[in-house]
Amino acid sequence: MKWPAVKLSPFWLCAAVIALLGIAVTIFDLFNINTFIFFAGYVVLQYVVLATAWNIMGGYMGYVNFGTAGFFAVGAYASVVLYNLFQAPLALMIPFAGVVCALLGLAMGYLTLRLRGVFFAIATLAMAIVLETLIINWEFVGGATGAYILRSREQAPFGDYIEFLFFVMLLLAIFAVSVARWLELSRTGRGFVAIRDDEIAAECAGVPTLRLKLIATTVSGFLMGVAGAPFALYVSFIEPSSAFNLIYAVNAIAMPMIGGATTWLGPVIGALLLGTVQQVATVTISSELNLLIVGVVLVFFVIVAPEGIVGLLKKWFGGRRDDR
Amino acid sequence: MFTVDLLFNALIAGVLLGGFYAAVSLGLTVSFGQLNIVNIAHPAFVILGSYIAYMCNSLWGLDPILTGIIFIPVFFLIGAGAYRLYYESFERKDDEALRGLAFFFGVMFIIEVALIMVYGVDFRTVQASYIGQSWKAGGIGVPTRMFVPFCVAIAMFSAVYLYMSRTFNGRAIKAVAQDRLALQLMGADPVKIKQLGFGISIGTAALAGALLIIIIPVEPSVGRLYIGQVFAIAVLAGLGSIPGTLVAGLILGIAESLVSTFFGPSWAPAVAFGILLAALAFRPQGLFGR
Repeated sequence: MKWPAVKLSPFWLCAAVIALLGIAVTIFDLFNINTFIFFAGYVVLQYVVLATAWNIMGGYMGYVNFGTAGFFAVGAYASVVLYNLFQAPLALMIPFAGVVCALLGLAMGYLTLRLRGVFFAIATLAMAIVLETLIINWEFVGGATGAYILRSREQAPFGDYIEFLFFVMLLLAIFAVSVARWLELSRTGRGFVAIRDDEIAAECAGVPTLRLKLIATTVSGFLMGVAGAPFALYVSFIEPSSAFNLIYAVNAIAMPMIGGATTWLGPVIGALLLGTVQQVATVTISSELNLLIVGVVLVFFVIVAPEGIVGLLKKWFGGRRDDR
Repeated sequence: MFTVDLLFNALIAGVLLGGFYAAVSLGLTVSFGQLNIVNIAHPAFVILGSYIAYMCNSLWGLDPILTGIIFIPVFFLIGAGAYRLYYESFERKDDEALRGLAFFFGVMFIIEVALIMVYGVDFRTVQASYIGQSWKAGGIGVPTRMFVPFCVAIAMFSAVYLYMSRTFNGRAIKAVAQDRLALQLMGADPVKIKQLGFGISIGTAALAGALLIIIIPVEPSVGRLYIGQVFAIAVLAGLGSIPGTLVAGLILGIAESLVSTFFGPSWAPAVAFGILLAALAFRPQGLFGR
């Protein structure tokens, strides 16, 4: 397995440009953007991470994880634990939350992935509910009433703390997409696709299916935890029902499905599109209607356009636009 | 804290609760266990049934159980229609694993949000003569709001069990996921049979929902809390076994009742998950599995 694309491929060029642009708008206040844009942009980028993480399991391998909200919230609460213990800095919270969720993913996978894929899906769904029960009963992290996390108002050299968090999430999004793309292009990723197409045939052909599935849940769990890690700082008040909100699970499924679940680009397109629409709709229309829209769009896309937007584009451009 | 009265009360409450859980899971045993359709929206349909019972009760004072029975045919038609859509969109293309699951997840979400938009997130209850009474013998009490739903649940169970084991169509439903070709050779259309089976499965949700709102107040998102329970029961039962569903329901009901009596009610949701994980890890074929 050789490391792909050390020379500057279009992907890495794009990633570098986006990161530099992020530095430009957050540190140097280029374009003089309103803080609210960063506030909303953070959420959209967070969905890029969650959708990409979900897609490693769901899109590449066809194993549906309904427990995104659970992983996300465990990541967020892992940060709260560190904060309550010794006021840990964000740089420590992120890897810690990632590792906790990676272990959670591994444990989930180990218990359920030897069975039919649907049991994994059901177990993740139930897991989110039980984790919520545990958190509600755990007074150290605030229990049902929630916990306050004090954050500094400003963070040099970014100015407003939200701008700093936006930049962190931007880096995490680039990291998540790079990991997903690297997995997709590697030998491991081809193993994933073989499992999705026909698990028994893959097993017969010598693909180590259980090991690959465990790798996928671990990586996917890690990325979801990482996405949740800054959440407590972002909202500054965390409580179980907001951290375990079903909207994370729904969006993490809907975004890759809408964008196109078979490539790394799909969840990115889906998250940017649906995430932005939701941010606009929450402000301009009501938030319930906005949720309804997500549900309807999800059902519409899985029925009418199973390959998502990327699939539609490929069809229209005759397969020329292969964005690898 | 531990007394014999408390234990007996917990056991009786557990049995009554378990009968009701079994009724909620019955539809899933048919759809997931027998037809191989992973309908994670099933609890959402149950909640829809609860809200219909609530609506008829608050507008016209209709008895919730009667409402549940009246709406069984309506839910049957909804289920049959939903299966048709599912078949045309996913099953025929052999694509039910990923997109079929996402489809039902979306349906669950739509039902929940639609109910929130219409009724808000307040808890709703129904009025009926048998709610709020209780029979007492010594230190042991049997609340009628649990006992009446338990009896109705058992009756529904018996009806579905008899239908599935005595009629041609019922047996065909049991057979369709196992061997489509053999079923076709017997002169039955597998798609129509699955449509019938899925219709029955959603039909039971109408009555189960009415029972739910008799037992406890309901708000739109409680449906999700029951996903753990219903799947735990369906898996523990051994997918597709109707008597197994009753036994598994009773086990879960008793376990939950004991835990919430002796450890506190906030721990009860973890019981279902524990049973589900244990069943998946140690005995995925269930208690009554083939």
